[in-house]
Amino acid sequence: MTQPLAQPARTAPTGRPVLRTPHPTAPQPYRPGLAERLGLPLLSGLMVTMRHFLRNLFHPESRLTIEYPEKRRDYSHRFRGHHILTTRPDGSVRCVACFLCAQACPAECIHIEAGEHPDVNIEKYPVVYEIDMLRCVFCGYCVDACPEEAIIMSNNYDMAYFNREQSIVGKDDLMKPYTFDESLLGYRPRFPEEDAKRARMRRDAFDLVTAAKEAQEREERAAAH
Amino acid sequence: MSTLAPPPEIGPETATDPAASGAADLAAVAGKFPAGSITVEAATDQATWIVRRDVLFDLARELRDNPATQYDMMLDLCGVDYLDGGPDRAERFEAVYHLLSLPRNTRLRLKVPLTADDAVVPSLIPVWKAADWFERELWDMFGIRVEGHPNLRRLLCHEAFQGHPLRKDYDPARRWILTEDKIYKPHFNLPPQEDNRQDDLFERMTINIGPSHPAMHGTFRLMAVIDGETIVASDVEIGYLHRCFEKMSETHTWSQVIPYTDRLNYCSSFINNVGYCKTVEKLLGIEAPPRAVWARTILSEFSRIMDHCVCNGTTLVDSGGLTNFWYLFQPREEIYGLLEACCGARLTVSYGRIGGLAQDLPPDFMERSRRLLEIIPPFVDDSEKLVNRNRIWLDRSVGIAAISGAEAVNWGWTGPCLRASGVGYDVRRAHPYDLYDTVDWEVPVLFGGDVYDRFRIRMLEIRQSLSIIRQLLDRGMPEGPYIVDDPHVALPPKEACYTQMEAMIYHFKLIMDGIQVPPGETYQMVEGANGELGFYVISDGSGKPYRIKVRPPCFPIFSTFSRLINGGALSDAIVSLGGLNVIAGELER
Repeated sequence: MTQPLAQPARTAPTGRPVLRTPHPTAPQPYRPGLAERLGLPLLSGLMVTMRHFLRNLFHPESRLTIEYPEKRRDYSHRFRGHHILTTRPDGSVRCVACFLCAQACPAECIHIEAGEHPDVNIEKYPVVYEIDMLRCVFCGYCVDACPEEAIIMSNNYDMAYFNREQSIVGKDDLMKPYTFDESLLGYRPRFPEEDAKRARMRRDAFDLVTAAKEAQEREERAAAH
Repeated sequence: MSTLAPPPEIGPETATDPAASGAADLAAVAGKFPAGSITVEAATDQATWIVRRDVLFDLARELRDNPATQYDMMLDLCGVDYLDGGPDRAERFEAVYHLLSLPRNTRLRLKVPLTADDAVVPSLIPVWKAADWFERELWDMFGIRVEGHPNLRRLLCHEAFQGHPLRKDYDPARRWILTEDKIYKPHFNLPPQEDNRQDDLFERMTINIGPSHPAMHGTFRLMAVIDGETIVASDVEIGYLHRCFEKMSETHTWSQVIPYTDRLNYCSSFINNVGYCKTVEKLLGIEAPPRAVWARTILSEFSRIMDHCVCNGTTLVDSGGLTNFWYLFQPREEIYGLLEACCGARLTVSYGRIGGLAQDLPPDFMERSRRLLEIIPPFVDDSEKLVNRNRIWLDRSVGIAAISGAEAVNWGWTGPCLRASGVGYDVRRAHPYDLYDTVDWEVPVLFGGDVYDRFRIRMLEIRQSLSIIRQLLDRGMPEGPYIVDDPHVALPPKEACYTQMEAMIYHFKLIMDGIQVPPGETYQMVEGANGELGFYVISDGSGKPYRIKVRPPCFPIFSTFSRLINGGALSDAIVSLGGLNVIAGELER
């Protein structure tokens, strides 16, 4: 199905704009016809509104709104949300405090203080690792920069804070959540087979809103049984 | 009745070779100026002249009026500070003018060197009205005085600001506090009212709309003197969303600028990514691989559809047509879904990278795009059925804030607003980039120049964009990499980074030092959703940009706003603002 890109253009690019020169010196506004002056096309507009009204009334499933926060839009596994610091199998932080993420960050929101690791094979670890979520622009550059896959992102976008101190998220909070729940992971280094798997899942549920509704119904049925 | 323009004539190749067009221009005007006042600089991307300041004004007028040159549009004015530019540079500043000749489709760059203690340029407002705000910006950012400018005060910075922020010796962290007593108060020079209207009842009133007002799209301040419902005089104050994009770019590496460009025109942020990445690629002398180019074209068109939907939807909300907002915002919502599946963010995508894209396209990209092609047209049709021939909307929009094509060109307009005035200039057709010259599409042109035609032209462009996307999808997704395979430009794949020492070293070098762009300068433009989005970039060979100047399409358009609304009704001003598609993030950078 792939075709070469360098197809001959239908009209050879002339390098010339579609221009009638000299430029028009006076605007020529649209002149409404008789029907428009009588307001007849208003009726066809009204038909559109009625069609939408009736369809939404009798086919509630065709509504386009999502009733947040009970239901949520399904985001892809590339979603750039709240950060996660991944851990080693023993539960210690995987980060080796190389400062690449802090260097790559355009918003300068990552603060790291490095310390000597007791294990001689690991050299360094972050004593302090803080991200200022109010400064962060969620560009994902830290994930791209990390050579250890120590920082990844989740698909959590619920970030609300009562004060600025809370918005500076420390190492413990970054390590705690989501780490083991595959479905809540977001942007992370690319793994092609993972991509394909998730795309298959999404393809089955292409209409996202309907899929969400169906999933909820399934849950409700399961709960009833 | 407004009609579509006929298909383009296929004429002989115009002089798109910069050296040839520059030589032709020089031959046409050189005889009229003293020898030595114009020096041709060897630049690869555009004809570039170094012009002595004393001939600048006459040269500008000559370039505009000479039938052999016809530079009818001033695109951009950029200041540059070469504080530590080396011993061979005697002058500290440079004012760089970018000119465009629409009938000849050629470009010209004029550079005016200025010394630090005599940084003055003549005002070019009598030649191109577009110079007005650009010259105020030049004064604001560089302290280059513009002689003969009628209103030379700060544009983007506030009144209590001291110093000129884009000078190289200005500390980026320096801040100034604006106190209430320094806030700008306009003084309108108005003719006195007629004698019989001295009564209090008929007194003129000065009102402020904005900076935070629901009718202003973004944070603009409109100060208007009204007589009843009629605007007698008005003034616009901008700069409330100025984020020093250009100064901040100078302190970041080349790739770190990409998230900043997202925030220029945030309704179609991917187009900004493309524009910036193409500029740097041009400087680097590399080309994105076919797969990335294909994806860039498609996603740019989707972004354009999104932007037009937002613009038209909000314009109609401003005039009371709330239902359209819902019909037109649903396509946008669906397109956001596609962008999010590609890059993980909906609004500020940061999907472009220098040399390609940030990640490969998702495996279901084709299906999702095709589905979007089915979803979008019904919503656009519904919206058109509601308002296109609706008497209420026609009364509100036809003939409102009308501007003729010639005047719009003089004010520096580009994009849909210009095409609604009867001038069919589109960067995608005039200077084809990416895949636009391989697909079959038309440039819609309308001749009303008013709010109604600006609305209609966006609807027509949505259909053209859909057609471009459909053709590209039919062609199939090209195989191959999504980013150039050059370890000096693109990060090596993660797998290589974990296992190979060499890839790891490149990875570290790219993150720590950034991409090393060779010294040089270039101007690259793309067709943004509201006009020609240009990036003028200067590199000095360090890992950071020396100067980035964005040519925001809505900047010259919004500078016309007072001219458009004076004499009209106050409620028309609100409707006309929506139709201009002014995005504060891009306007004020």
